[in-house]
Amino acid sequence: MMLNRKNKGRTGRLGSMVAITAVAALALTACNSGSASSTDTSSPSAGGGDQKITFIPKQLNNPYTDVVLGGGKKGATEAGFASSQVVGPLEASASSQVSFINAETQAGTNVIAIAANDPDAVCTALGEARSAGAKIVAFDSDTNPDCRDIFISQVVAKDVALIQTKLISEQIGGSGEIAILSATANATNQNEWIKYMEEELASNPAYKDIKLVAKVYGDDNDTKSFQEAQGLMQAHPNLKGIISPTTVGIAATARYLSTSAYKGKVALTGLGLPNEMRPFVKDGTVKEFALWDPAQLGYVAAFAGKALKDGKITGAEGDTFTAGELGERKVEKGGLVIVGPPTVFNAENIDKYNF
Amino acid sequence: MSETTSTTSTAPAPVADNTKPLASEPKGRTGAARILMGRDAVTIYALVAFLIYAAIAIPRFASPVTTGFLLLDVIPVLLIAMPMTLIIITGEIDLSVASTAGLTSALMGVLWAGGTDIWLALAISLLAGIAAGMFNGFLIAVLGLPSLAVTIGTLALFRGLALVIIGDNAVANFPKALTAFFTSKIGGTGIPTVMIGVVVVMVFFGVLLHFTPFGRGLYAMGYSKEAASFVGINVARSKFWLYVGSGAVSALAGIYWTLRYTSARSDNASGLELAVIAAVLLGGVSIFGGKGSIPGVIAGVLLIGTLNYALRLARVSDVVLITVTGLLLILSVVAPSIGSAIRQWRHTRRVRRSFTRKAT
Repeated sequence: MMLNRKNKGRTGRLGSMVAITAVAALALTACNSGSASSTDTSSPSAGGGDQKITFIPKQLNNPYTDVVLGGGKKGATEAGFASSQVVGPLEASASSQVSFINAETQAGTNVIAIAANDPDAVCTALGEARSAGAKIVAFDSDTNPDCRDIFISQVVAKDVALIQTKLISEQIGGSGEIAILSATANATNQNEWIKYMEEELASNPAYKDIKLVAKVYGDDNDTKSFQEAQGLMQAHPNLKGIISPTTVGIAATARYLSTSAYKGKVALTGLGLPNEMRPFVKDGTVKEFALWDPAQLGYVAAFAGKALKDGKITGAEGDTFTAGELGERKVEKGGLVIVGPPTVFNAENIDKYNF
Repeated sequence: MSETTSTTSTAPAPVADNTKPLASEPKGRTGAARILMGRDAVTIYALVAFLIYAAIAIPRFASPVTTGFLLLDVIPVLLIAMPMTLIIITGEIDLSVASTAGLTSALMGVLWAGGTDIWLALAISLLAGIAAGMFNGFLIAVLGLPSLAVTIGTLALFRGLALVIIGDNAVANFPKALTAFFTSKIGGTGIPTVMIGVVVVMVFFGVLLHFTPFGRGLYAMGYSKEAASFVGINVARSKFWLYVGSGAVSALAGIYWTLRYTSARSDNASGLELAVIAAVLLGGVSIFGGKGSIPGVIAGVLLIGTLNYALRLARVSDVVLITVTGLLLILSVVAPSIGSAIRQWRHTRRVRRSFTRKAT
């Protein structure tokens, strides 16, 4: 009894009643604005019976993703979609994309373009979307092949490797010691590229004077990559060049070289973002590096989605479709579409790119 | 407080005057009014109001598809919210629930990939969850350490163990029949089949809290642990079993998560503890303990879930979504405080008035 009397008030719960009403009101207003925006975007499509595409990236607010999606929006407009949307989770966890796929299924979206955080976690949801009539285009990061119609890949893994060995060979004059500064020791992409690089260095007679002396891992951590670069220079005084097939690694290595005595003497190439690498290209630390254009990825994904939905292609090997200004693209084995060769950036062209 | 001091210290006059209004007006609401005006009932009203609003205003919301997707999304939160309600009512907290679910998921994946029979793998995972709960319970109930500190520690510990067990791999090839069952629906209602199990868990904790001496004891512990032990409640043992229950249910949520998303990973369900606590508090449970009910919490979970789903269907950005959830949570915590401040103010005014009336 005593316990009850101390804590249970004798007057009403007027205060909480008022506050909860406020809560409900808040929820309603939030929704009001939400539904207003959704009617805005869906009204043209409802009128013309046109098609809608939705992009679901790994996560929102990622600089690389933003470039991909910029290309996707452009492609969607040019391909003739009535509306294009971008929805996605704030964090790139395996299951966070599922409820977005569900919402799109329910909204009757015709094409879902997705960069999967986990190849299998999104499968069930994508299956439901497909049985509701949607076409699934995977881009950037593939889902399980059973769960999508087509996969738009940046580049062929081997091309990425070969362009880097070619660049380093040109920059060091075809002979000397080189090293690789990679991401983590078990990074799938990087290890595949490194394997091709090693094969190419061993088999191509043009590279017979080039010797790979070290492979180090900066774990895609800026500080660790910086220290590894520093360590490489001390351990191998005759080093002529470094390949860093990761955007974090190349930026950190370039920063170290630009402030050291090795600037301009030790060549650096690899995969980098033009915006991060611009100062180092301008000050002569880096001559040339490569990367695919992320915008093209989204652009091609939009056109592939359109072709699938119109029934022009089914995602089978040998199908071809036109991807706007990029020309014709062919579907390869396993429903794979390659966007194109990596772009090489140097002092002349780097100002034309903004990503 | 002022009543008691006045009765003990001064003449009998104020006493006579004070008991009169107390006797004439009821202490709080009674009967139906008490149920219909309670804090948890308010959450239920808010849920119903929002459901009606969403059905009218958001295109495609009113359909069995919504029921299915919505429930599949909220099941992990709904499950873990049940033991969490009981724990918070006793004035404690369990932050390690999501990590326990992650640990279960990782363990299940490794066992299955290693060739263990799936049912055995499920049983071992459930036992692992119970063991995790017992570890928490031992530290909190037996050693008497503060639950906040202990479960922050085990939050990191269990997640770390999950990483040790499965590394950065993912196991995905679970039996098709089983994963299909976890997303299957009952007929054309859109209600997922697994809801049957979830309802069993909800009923179990509902009955335990509201209709057993054990449950009443939890409220008493929430008000005052000393007082509760004086009236014969075994505080330590109650707490221990609550954490065991929490571990077991978290393991169930982890198993559900793994099979629903057909992916066992170390980062499964990360951050879920905050979603659970938010929903529990929104459902009218006091973070200081002693107040709350299972129906209110269920409404709280469904309110947040529906809000999220509806906003997502209307393609409102997730940034807006987490902002709205955050505001809701703050309001739901502030509301009772405002309520009690008003009560306090009215009480003092009445006492003061009765004294002035006496003086004149």
